[in-house]
Amino acid sequence: MRNGKAVAKNGGKRTLKLMIVDDSNIMRRRIERSQRFEQLELVGTAGNGLEALELFKKTDPDVVTMDITMPQMDGIECIARLVAMKPAVRILVVSALADKATAVEAMERGANGFLNKPFTDRQLNEAIAELMR
Amino acid sequence: MLYEQELKTFVEGTTNFFEVAAQQPASIGSPYLMEGSPAVHEYTGVINISGKREGVVYFTAPKAMLTVLLMKMQENDFSHETMKDLVGEVANTISGNARRDFGRDFVISVPSVLSGEKPQIPQKPGVRSFIIPINWRSHSAKLIVSLT
Repeated sequence: MRNGKAVAKNGGKRTLKLMIVDDSNIMRRRIERSQRFEQLELVGTAGNGLEALELFKKTDPDVVTMDITMPQMDGIECIARLVAMKPAVRILVVSALADKATAVEAMERGANGFLNKPFTDRQLNEAIAELMR
Repeated sequence: MLYEQELKTFVEGTTNFFEVAAQQPASIGSPYLMEGSPAVHEYTGVINISGKREGVVYFTAPKAMLTVLLMKMQENDFSHETMKDLVGEVANTISGNARRDFGRDFVISVPSVLSGEKPQIPQKPGVRSFIIPINWRSHSAKLIVSLT
């Protein structure tokens, strides 16, 4: 579990806490670096579903980016558990699994958006904007 | 016998990664067939396939190519672990494309990553592999499709 450095950049808007969940270090850093929303404050990153649950309890994020294929606990199960703890959490699935069945299952468990990997900075920011609308 | 459309799915999964993640498309060299175990580069991402087809599909790339790819992705960590992470992500993209296009006829594993030039790739004996050169900038990687 990696606790992120909180950055105050809310510009008067309510700060929303962001958690990034992905088993790839590259992807975690990519999402952290590429997201352009001043009201999002990174509270931490996790490398699998179990780590995400622990971090979620400690940091109470409002917005989560969630990979699907991860060791120990996959994203689908983790989404259901996060939503059970906090129904208002907004979850963006960021996954290479491009099939419709995976997207539907994630949505049924409580995800709010789906972004395929690989993605451009623009696609990521559009997906996050849609999530926070 | 592999169908052209099946090969196309694997190739597009690979080239899509370069085009989107590095914002610079890769080109495809002339594919060829070979028997036995093809030579691999330092880092290899492998997906196992069963169901309608049986075998392995893998992407293998030299460290120099992965280093430049990481630079293009604004990464500044070029460690062994990050190289493995990157080929794993490429294999993950190939796997995701295959799941989308082939549906439940193909059972596709979570990618595994191997390093070194003599890794143990679980290839079926007697199966001929399609080797598709993936050229990007001045570097060349290979996509190897070994399915029955």
